[in-house]
Amino acid sequence: MKATQSPLFGSVDEVTERLEGVGYLASTAVATTVYLADRLGKPLLVEGPAGVGKTELAKAVAAATGSGLVRLQCYEGIDEARALYEWNHAKQLLRITAGQGHESWDATRDDVFSEEFLLPRPLLTAIRRDDPTVLLIDEMDKADVEVEGLLLEVLSDYQVSIPEMGTVTATRKPFALLTSNSTRELSEALKRRCLFLHLDFPDPDLERRIVLTRVPELPQALADALVRTVRVLRAMELRKVPSVAETIDWGRTLLALGLDTLDDDAVRQTLGVVLKHQSDQVKASAELRLN
Amino acid sequence: MAVTTPEHGLPGHLVDFVGALRRHGVAVGPGETVDAAEVVGALDLLRRRELREGLAAALLRRSGQREVFDTLFDLYFPPALGVGAQEIEVPRATTEDGSDGPVDVDALRDLLADLLLAGDEEGLRELARAAVDALGTAGASGTGVQGVNGQPSWSAYQALRLMSPETLLARILDAMRQDGDPTDDFTDEVRRREIRDRIARFRKMVQDEVRRRTAEQRGREQVAKTAVPKQAEQVEFLSAYAEQLAQLRRTVHPLARRLASRLAVRRKHAKRGQLDMRRTLRRSMSTGGVPMKPAYKTRRPGRPELVILCDVSGSVAGFSHFTLLLVQALREQFSKVRVFAFVEKTDEVTHLFEPGAELSGVMQRVLREADLTAFDGHSDYGHALGSFAEFWGEAITSKTSLLILGDARTNYRDPNLAVLRRLVGQARHAHWLNPEPKRQWGTGDSAAHRYADVLPMHECRTAGQLADVVEALLPV
Repeated sequence: MKATQSPLFGSVDEVTERLEGVGYLASTAVATTVYLADRLGKPLLVEGPAGVGKTELAKAVAAATGSGLVRLQCYEGIDEARALYEWNHAKQLLRITAGQGHESWDATRDDVFSEEFLLPRPLLTAIRRDDPTVLLIDEMDKADVEVEGLLLEVLSDYQVSIPEMGTVTATRKPFALLTSNSTRELSEALKRRCLFLHLDFPDPDLERRIVLTRVPELPQALADALVRTVRVLRAMELRKVPSVAETIDWGRTLLALGLDTLDDDAVRQTLGVVLKHQSDQVKASAELRLN
Repeated sequence: MAVTTPEHGLPGHLVDFVGALRRHGVAVGPGETVDAAEVVGALDLLRRRELREGLAAALLRRSGQREVFDTLFDLYFPPALGVGAQEIEVPRATTEDGSDGPVDVDALRDLLADLLLAGDEEGLRELARAAVDALGTAGASGTGVQGVNGQPSWSAYQALRLMSPETLLARILDAMRQDGDPTDDFTDEVRRREIRDRIARFRKMVQDEVRRRTAEQRGREQVAKTAVPKQAEQVEFLSAYAEQLAQLRRTVHPLARRLASRLAVRRKHAKRGQLDMRRTLRRSMSTGGVPMKPAYKTRRPGRPELVILCDVSGSVAGFSHFTLLLVQALREQFSKVRVFAFVEKTDEVTHLFEPGAELSGVMQRVLREADLTAFDGHSDYGHALGSFAEFWGEAITSKTSLLILGDARTNYRDPNLAVLRRLVGQARHAHWLNPEPKRQWGTGDSAAHRYADVLPMHECRTAGQLADVVEALLPV
């Protein structure tokens, strides 16, 4: 199953470079899987804790390749009509009333189920676009199991079957990216169609660079101390470990408070920025001898 | 990648690798193998890290499988053969004839300390490689460690004992303090943990390296059989060591979330089917008496009270702890949870599991604060059941589900079946979760079969099994 269109990226290094160009610092794992997803024409399923940049990755890929981003935000109870397409009932009724009397029923029926009365939703939109497209299906795990079945056709063959009209096949395969917080297991059938990327917290060097790109005013040494402390916090058994987003927030907070070293006073004041549970804060303070 | 290869070549090797993954409980289908082959074709094989990530993307489907994958990948796609490229020289004691003498351990430790201080990951990896090689072939001065029959012998234990990186901690911390950074308790603590983490990683590098060299000598299948870590969900509670249990505890919340959402699906499906005649007819009024939209009965989820009676004696503590954490994480599914712990006697420990309580150290608190022992601290099921019935018998009502956790090893004391039978009779449901393998039930001092006559007993050796049992027991 080779993609007929020319791939977006030429090599793994090019992925890293171009993503960096739009402000997304990718690890080897990210760059490799993005490259492969593009090359093999397979959707990419990204799983990982909140705040490590899953959604950001899709946006960055879209920006780096100049593609349009089509986003399907999943939630409990999302259905076909919200994800794929819907018939514009009101308009169909108007059309039928307008045609009454001077048109045969057969002609009306054929006309009513045509392109004009179709309301495309994200999945169909992404399939029908001629320009390069990144299709982001966000928080897949929030959607019900039934929706997964609906996605299978879209993700494996890049086509949508509309009973009244026929099958719409993609002229240009979108780069599909699914994210999941793994609140539930996605079905095997869906997983088998995707490349799988577990996006974890970045290594210290990468995280330092991420913090510095996001908060450029932050002094090097402070960023260094910040990242080291966050890593220590992550190693503890906490209810909610701080993610990259929290590290960045912490950097901004320290900057706003005009603190230039991360000593125990500074940490005591600002621990709430990184740890969002009272019990976590108590535990961290005790273990890091802040009291 | 058109490379002429011998008979099985790269595809054959890939299939071997997939086979090894399957043997270690990672379900990889033929479809994934084909994907992996495509990945191999699309990537530059000389870039090992990219190959590793690429294969992981094609072959793995869950995050918990990564550790198994990494270990096997290192065995099947080793970074080097033999000694590999040496960038770090291991210091050696000088001999008269100028040949390589035994390793100078002190100088080696100095080198290690410098690298740990700098946090130089690549350097540490090189050092691990060089040190394992040198200690395996030449031995250290004065120890006489040398392979039998001229065969070098690789031993992580030997290498780590000689270098003993843990003892370098104080020295590295001193060196850091002299660098003039602020020295308050907090900075100190952060540094200490950081260095400890680096040391742990160095240990792992040495172990990986030893595994690689051993695999070269004895065949990788042999090494893979013993050296590959188990996935957290497949670790047996009774044989798990502290580190595995800690890792297991981290999986409690994801597991609980998964169970809760599966339950939600089950509830939704269970709701369907039962037609509510009254509401359907009422609704049909608006469509002229034609029932266009049938209404269904919604069942309210019954939220039972849960009473947990758990053995916290040394042998099963890991299992009890994990199960309690899991139940605690699922407490929204129950209207009330009461927890009782026992060894020889029973005591209520519900207050230690209050929401917001710090749960990771809760087992120590249970053992410290609750009144559990009478004579020798060995579990006594009969007496524990007796004291539970005596003091907290009223906790069991017709709304209660009773859950007993333990291995049913009575130390040859009276199992007190009469009391248990009475408790089970009072409760709405009663189940026993036993972390022992089924074939060991009833052997030695185990009263498992006798208890199993009174109430259903489930085998819960691993977190995976426990999750299945708990899911089946949860109310719909």
